Amino acid sequence: MSDLVVAILGKYNYWLCVILMMIGLYAMIAKNNLIKKLVGMNIFQTSIILFYVSIGCKKGATIPILEHGAGHHVVVDPTHYINPLPHVLMLTAIVVSVSTFGVALALAIKIYRKHKTLEEDEILMQLRSE
Amino acid sequence: MTDHYPVLIVIIPLLFAFVVSGAAWVKKSLCFPLALVAMGLSAWFAVCLLGQVATTGLVEYRLGGWATPWGIGYRVDYLNGLVVTVVTVLAFINLIATRKNVVDEAPEKAGAFYSLYLLFIVGLTGILVTGDLFNLYVLLEVASLTSYALIGMGKGRAPMSALNYLFVGTVGGCFYLLGVGYLYIMTGSLNMADVANLLPPLYHSSAIVMAFIFCMVGMGIKMAFFPLHMWLPNAYGFAPTAAGSLIAPLMTKVMVYVLIRLILTVFSVDFAFVILKMGDPMVWLSSLAIVAGAVFALAQKNLKRMFCYIIVSEIGYMMGGAWLGNNTGMTGAILHIFNDAIMTLCLFLCAGSIYYRVRGLELDRLKGLFSKMPVTMACLVAGALSIIGVPPTCGFFSKWYLISGGLEAGQYGFVAALLFSSLVNVILFFRVIEISYYGDFEDHHGHGSSREGVMEAPASMLVPLLIVSAGLIVVGLYTGGIVNHLINPILLKQGF
Repeated sequence: MSDLVVAILGKYNYWLCVILMMIGLYAMIAKNNLIKKLVGMNIFQTSIILFYVSIGCKKGATIPILEHGAGHHVVVDPTHYINPLPHVLMLTAIVVSVSTFGVALALAIKIYRKHKTLEEDEILMQLRSE
Repeated sequence: MTDHYPVLIVIIPLLFAFVVSGAAWVKKSLCFPLALVAMGLSAWFAVCLLGQVATTGLVEYRLGGWATPWGIGYRVDYLNGLVVTVVTVLAFINLIATRKNVVDEAPEKAGAFYSLYLLFIVGLTGILVTGDLFNLYVLLEVASLTSYALIGMGKGRAPMSALNYLFVGTVGGCFYLLGVGYLYIMTGSLNMADVANLLPPLYHSSAIVMAFIFCMVGMGIKMAFFPLHMWLPNAYGFAPTAAGSLIAPLMTKVMVYVLIRLILTVFSVDFAFVILKMGDPMVWLSSLAIVAGAVFALAQKNLKRMFCYIIVSEIGYMMGGAWLGNNTGMTGAILHIFNDAIMTLCLFLCAGSIYYRVRGLELDRLKGLFSKMPVTMACLVAGALSIIGVPPTCGFFSKWYLISGGLEAGQYGFVAALLFSSLVNVILFFRVIEISYYGDFEDHHGHGSSREGVMEAPASMLVPLLIVSAGLIVVGLYTGGIVNHLINPILLKQGF
């Protein structure tokens, strides 16, 4: 039992991401309102962004900028610096996620104008009666 | 100039996409010629690049001059050289063929449509030439986002189908991103070739296995592999004609390419087939996909929806071939990627011309069309024969490779599924041909008045359609050369 607790607490960042991801997936599958589904999708994407950000994190390390300029022969120890790459990647992923959200909202507006509702079951009923 | 072909293929449509959307403010009629120039240049550069690859074997390009494990590198070998050529050339042909459809269906949106069209090609060509896993994800989302928007431009149920596609597609993209994250944690690299070098000591790590599974599921969603195919028929069926015939032939095939690239280059054949032993279950799933796609296609009353389910079935062909685990099967799968792109484009262009004249694609509306639109229907027959797999069309040769690969691997279920789907395709298309050939054109209730004035499609549609149909046979006749000079070298290099 205690092993399990240690396993969960030692990697709590992964568990949080999994929980967030499941919340997002649940909202996408179970919610009836299209906007709620969209928010679920955004939570889902955010969980993966947080996953990447958390793997780039390092205790007691600093940002990857050299304090001494060129010419000073200081030994650079990579363990003192965090790896910026996951964070940079996630800047791009955030852009992707925002633009996905934008396209989805535009489609939702188009659907609302046509059906005058955003509840999925009502839309499907209208589509069936067409 | 000649050094920059890989990046020019991607950059030219990207720049022109902005020019087109700007030109739409000035004059709507400028959009089409500009898009045509961009696609023409991109296709020309792709052909030149294929020429370079054919002589040197591998073209590498460093973006911004950064060396590859640190910077993003484009890496073009026979496999993606071939696919990128097919994609850009087909997109160019489709652009010409569907001009009248765009004018017909959404003239006021021409600017938005053509800039999205070009951005979609940016996404696809980027996916094809890149050698970087994360870059692939970004371009994958570029291609997906533009396809959601293009599909959403349609009428009726199109926005709802596009939104459903968006939900499912985003989950697929996220799974791929998560898989790449696992790979990055374990190897610390995102460059495909570099990851492939770092992976062998890690093959038995469960994180790598999960990375592989996440990437496969993500790609499976994006390519509409059978249990994950639910989004495809509505999305492609309700899309505007010009967008449907662009996305349907290209998107799913490029996803199959990504999957084959991941197996061949990143994870290696040993890992996928020997260590994970994923071959058998995946071949069975593919057989299921083939049969299910064929059965669903039988139930359709609309020509375009029938084609959509045929795509689901064809995805099963390629996945099954790729997972047979022998040279012949993989050759069949790669050959089928571009054969199927040409066949599907042929069918969707025919559907586009018919829709342009008849204003509907329900099967009973096709009655007697052979007498009114002989050339279009002849091209439909050519595409049908290729889908069924009649020699000398290209569909026959890839199916031949797939079936002999299945026999070699002892996967008789897969072979049976292939034969079953060929028989179903015969039924499907002979039903269409029977209705359109023997059906009486005049004796038609309900749509009486709208049937007048139905005649052969305009030349701007017919000429590209004829070129594509001729391509079916030409590619079929040159199959031997393509297999020996372009596909076999890359398979031999990967230890097949």
